[in-house]
Formats: sequence, structure tokens, C-alpha cells
Amino acid sequence: MSTDKTFRMDGKAIPFEAGETVMDAALRAGEYIPHLCHNPNFPPHGSCRVCVVDVNGKHMCSCTLEAAEHMEVDNSSDAIIDKRRTLLQMLFVEGNHTCPACEKSGDCQLQAVAYHTRMLSPHFTHFFPKRSIDPSHPDMMFYYNRCILCGLCVRVSRDVDKKSVFAISGRGIDSRLVFNSPSGKLGDSDFSATDEAAKVCPVGAILPKHVGYETPIGQRLYDNKPISVVGDTIAKNHSEKPVVIGGPHE
Amino acid sequence: MTSALETADNPQDMKRIVIEPLTRVEGHGKVTLLQGSNRSIQQARLHITEFRGFEKFIQGRPYWELPVLVQRLCGICPVSHHLAAAKATDMIVGASELTPTAEKIRRLMHFGQTLQSHALHFFHLCSPDLLFGFDDDIRHRNIVGIIEDSPEIARQGVLLRKYGQEVIRITSGKRIHGTGAIPGGINKSLTQKEIRYLQGDIGQMIAWSQGALELLKKVFFEHYNYHLGFGSIESNMMSMIRADGAFELYHGGLRARDRNGESIFDHNDYRNYDQYIRESVKDWSYMKFPFISALGQENGWYRVGPLARVNNCDFFSTPLAEEARKEFIAIGDGKPVQSTLGYHWARLIELLHCAEAIAELLGDRDLVGKELRNMGNLQSSGTGVIEAPRGTLFHHYEIDELGIVTKASLIVSTTNNNQAMNESIRKVANQYLDGHRLTEALLNQVEVAIRAYDPCLSCATHAIGKMPMELNLCDDDGELIDRLEKRADGRISRTI
Repeated sequence: MSTDKTFRMDGKAIPFEAGETVMDAALRAGEYIPHLCHNPNFPPHGSCRVCVVDVNGKHMCSCTLEAAEHMEVDNSSDAIIDKRRTLLQMLFVEGNHTCPACEKSGDCQLQAVAYHTRMLSPHFTHFFPKRSIDPSHPDMMFYYNRCILCGLCVRVSRDVDKKSVFAISGRGIDSRLVFNSPSGKLGDSDFSATDEAAKVCPVGAILPKHVGYETPIGQRLYDNKPISVVGDTIAKNHSEKPVVIGGPHE
Repeated sequence: MTSALETADNPQDMKRIVIEPLTRVEGHGKVTLLQGSNRSIQQARLHITEFRGFEKFIQGRPYWELPVLVQRLCGICPVSHHLAAAKATDMIVGASELTPTAEKIRRLMHFGQTLQSHALHFFHLCSPDLLFGFDDDIRHRNIVGIIEDSPEIARQGVLLRKYGQEVIRITSGKRIHGTGAIPGGINKSLTQKEIRYLQGDIGQMIAWSQGALELLKKVFFEHYNYHLGFGSIESNMMSMIRADGAFELYHGGLRARDRNGESIFDHNDYRNYDQYIRESVKDWSYMKFPFISALGQENGWYRVGPLARVNNCDFFSTPLAEEARKEFIAIGDGKPVQSTLGYHWARLIELLHCAEAIAELLGDRDLVGKELRNMGNLQSSGTGVIEAPRGTLFHHYEIDELGIVTKASLIVSTTNNNQAMNESIRKVANQYLDGHRLTEALLNQVEVAIRAYDPCLSCATHAIGKMPMELNLCDDDGELIDRLEKRADGRISRTI
């Protein structure tokens, strides 16, 4: 891909194509912008806001912001990292993210992005919400404690798998993931372990059953290199065969 | 066999002495003593006031999380819980036996843990008592005193422990709370590079273990009768045993012998432990009191841990430990060694055995094998039993058809030794506290007896002399008449 158009991010010229977002152009140029709800293989959603950047003095969501010439993008100043860290701290205290006992630890994008932003503590008071698990599916497990409502499973199940198994219900602090089944249980839905939606969760909310800690410590995605170097789990899963999907963003 | 000092007849008429907090065993403990008007000890109780709640809150969790989740019970010997839970989940996934690679790596991990735990207990926690005397100045009777007076001993303790931690790291990924054991096997084998790394220092570890054992024996024999009799009680003993009677830490049947060394049961299948082990409850303790059901609550309590294991086994499979066992057993004169301080001696024989066993295992080609896991049909329950550094550890789980834990029962080493620790402090209280004015040295006698059993209790107690403690003496009306306070910085003061 060649283009003459560029914007500047942290002093570097980032080339972009017409219609391309700041996030996609930056990732293509090898510049990492932290993100959770975004996956380069799927249309942007702009819900987690972790990819916030400063553009000409304004805080913008880089995964949904169309790139333009003369943009001056701040992706790495202490001020912008502070914003991201605060967002992550709120995510951590809103759920119950007990990394030491989580199968996803070491492969988890939330954990890796938290390290990237130098988050050392939750800072805010934990909500400690009382949440459960849904073990009703024969092959997959859903952990409400870990869901960050990024909406990736919702979009992929709807747009790629064409099943619409997942939806986000409720408003504000009462928002939660729900399953499209008569009983409301995941096991009674059309969800399958082979669905694309089964592979996109950036945290440990959707995981296969009967599998625990089979990948040794030291061999997990973020054990040796930071997420800014190795990229995110979901992109890895789809890197060999990009998924082309339709949907409201196209 | 239970002593009369458990419950006094007229407690309201007695002086109540409280040592609290005694320690942190994933919580807190305390000792209460009641003195009659003639200053004789009428009641002595060890209370472990912990409530961890693991049995309850792991209900509702998936079974495959158990080996990693449950090990968080402890930061000193998490590998024990890791492996006991892994053995239970082996049963749940229908793995009737492990691959040779998986079993040997789990054994290596366990030897590494026992080595580091025993080294921690002897060098860091107990050697100040044993080398300086129970009544040595508190400002000197700690690991810093050891470093100042015997820097080479302190160095050996630190490096022995480091070696054990390295074995754990290489087999499980982390020094504390790793993930090596998974249902049905392990998640990694070793590389030749890792094996060579561990082989590099193992000869030194064996030599230092021998040195520690010789040091302990020298101290023990210097005041032989005192050490033999200190807090000593007559008890049954229970431990795991290999099919041929050899000392065993990882897998085997259970053997129990009475105070005379006569068999109570032998090679019992631990999966049926609830048919011969029961637990009783007492209204003054949060911790249960296990007993051998055939003998009843009064006579069926027992001791576990190094003393029981070395007494119970027919032999060690490694030569140096076997020689040490024979010398140890000889002091029993044909009967089990019942000395409470004999725990230290037995523990160091085990330390030596672990170092020898690690050296042996590191030469085994199965460690680099690629067959890591066996699986079968999912079962509804599983039981895993292991010899933790401090004694026999039981994990039992039941799951539903979705793989979710519906019931969990854990009997940990400290619980197995509950009655025995109570009996030992009663003996010490009777021997050394009877009628005496309270001093820090007397207070330490109680701690010494408890430390002998379980570093989970004693680690905080002896955390470089920093365990805060308060000892109160009250008159018959409950009026405080004397108080000693040991502060977090180790200073002792009379505060009344």
C-alpha cells in the first residue's frame, strides 16, 4: 500500500489511505496504540476508549477517527497515558479481575494493556460486584466477572457467524452481556466452540471448558514481550486469514 | 490419650493467661492458659483462629481451575496444595495413572518444595532456638543473630532454600504459585539446559543438608534428655508409605501406628480416607480435630509430618537418608521416637533425602519426555492425598455434570496435628510454666513446642523476632495483674 498522505504521531510521519482510521494507519506503520474493543480485522466500535489520543489538543478515539493530513497526534505523552490508565483502573474495579487464578493471565489483553500503561494499582475502590459464571454450554464457559463489555463477541457473532448469540443489555452500570436463548443460558443458545465469536474475547470471559493452564508460564503471549511489540491476541488468531465481514460500518 | 488439661473443672476460679496473636497460619492463633490458685496449670489450649473459607468459595468454580486456585491457601508450601488438587483432578478427568514424565516432574517439583520448606524452617525459624537456647536474649535469638554469629550457616540456609525454589520455578514456571501440574499430567517437561542448571549445584546441596543434620544432632545430644523430653507426648502416627514400605511423599497408601509402633492400619487406599479418618468439633476451637475412627475421638488422634513419616517408614530409598534414619530410630529403643523436638531431627533427614532424590531424578531421561498428559472419561469426584512438608494433606472434590465443583473437603497438615500441638503445649506448660512468674523466655517455650510441628504457625512467630505478642496474667476475679508485651520490633516490656 502506498500513499502520499501522512499525519504526524509522536513526531513521526504516518502514511494513510483515504478513509483509513488513525488506529489502522498507525498499526500498519508499526506504531502501537493501546486498544481493547478494537480489532484490526473487524469494523471499529469505539466503546472502550482506551485508544484515546490527543489530536490537535482534543481527546479523540483513534479507532474511529478518520485520519487526515496535518493532524498532530499525541500517543505517548504522560498526560495521554494517564487518561488511559484511569480508564483501565475503572475497568479493573468495576469487575472482578483476579489475574492470579485466571486461565487467561499472560495471554490477556486487559492485563497486557494495563502493564503497557504502567498501571501498578487499581487506585479506585473495588466494586466487588457479585457475579457468577455460566457453565451451561457443553464446550464453552462464560465468566461474568471478567467481561469488560467490549462488544467484540456481539459484533462477530452477529456479523461473521450470523448467529447473534450475544447482546449487551441494560444501561450504565447495570449493563451486562446476555445470551440469545429461551432460558437466557449460553448452553441453550446456538453458540458453538467453532464460532469466530468464541475466539475474539480479549479477556478471560469466554473460554473453552476443561482447559486450564495448559500453556506454561513463560510461553504465554505477553510473558516475554509487551503488547506493544507482539500485538493483541485477537489479531494473532486472525492474522493468517483476515475475516471480511459486513455490517453497519461498511 | 488426651491429657486432663484440655478443660478445667472450674475455669471461672482461675487466672487466664492469653498469648495472642500467637502467629499467622494464614490467619492467627493464640494460646490460652488457666492457672489455679496454687499456680498449677489447669488448662492449656491452642486456638487457630483462622477462617479461610476455601472449601466454600471454590464451590461453583470449574474443576480445571483447582490446582492453581487452591494453592493460594499458602505461600510457604503452595506446591503441596497444587499437587494434591492436581491428583484429585487426575481422578476427575479419568487419568488412572500419569505418564512417566508427568509423574517424575511432579515428584521433582515436590522434592524441591520440601527441600526449600524444610530449609526455611530449620535455618530461618528454628535454628535460633536450637543454637542459642530457648531463653537466649530475644534481641539475639533470631536469624540476624545467626547471620552475625554463624554467617556460613545462614548462607547455607538461604542458598538451600534458593535451590529448592529454583526446582519449583523450572518445573512449574514460578517460584511461588506456578502452574506446572494440570488435570491428568503436567504442562511442560524439562530441557537438557534446565537439567544441567539444576545438576550444577545439587552436590553442594547434599553436602549442606548433611551438615545441617550433623549440626542438629550435635545440639540435640548436648542436652539429650532435655531435648528428648521437651514437650514430648505419646501419640499415634500416620503417614503415606510406598508399596514396599519405603518413605514416600507423593503417592502411596496410608500407614498408621500406635504409640508402641503397632500397626493400626497399613497401605490404606487414601481415596477411602473418610472411612477411617473422621473429624470432631470442639466448642472452643475453629479448627477441627481429626482422629482414626476405629480408635475413637479420645484415643484416635495422631501426629503427621516428618516425625511420623520417619518413624513409620521401613527405609529410605536413598543411602545417606537411610543411614540417618537408622541412627534416629535407635533412640526410640524399639518404639517410635515420641520426642516433639525429634521433629527437627526427622525434618533434616527428609531434607537430606530430598537433596539425594533430586540428584537421582535429574539423571532420569523421562524428565525430557514429551508425553505429558493422560485423559479418560470424566468422573464425578476425585481425592488427592500427598505428604506436604508438614504432614498428610487431603483434598477431596465432587463436581456436577457441567464440571462445576459442588463439594470440597480439605484436611490440611496443621489440622491433622491439632490435638498433638495442644497436647505438647500442655506438656510444656506443665513442665515449665507451672507456678512461675511470667517471662519472655517462658513464653518462648510454648512457641518452641508449636514451632516444632509446623512452620505455617511458626514462620510469623519467629519472623526475625518480630512477632507481636501479649501475655496477660489475671487474678481469680479477672483483674489484670501482670502483662508482658513483645512489640513488632522485638522489644519486650512489662506494661503493668
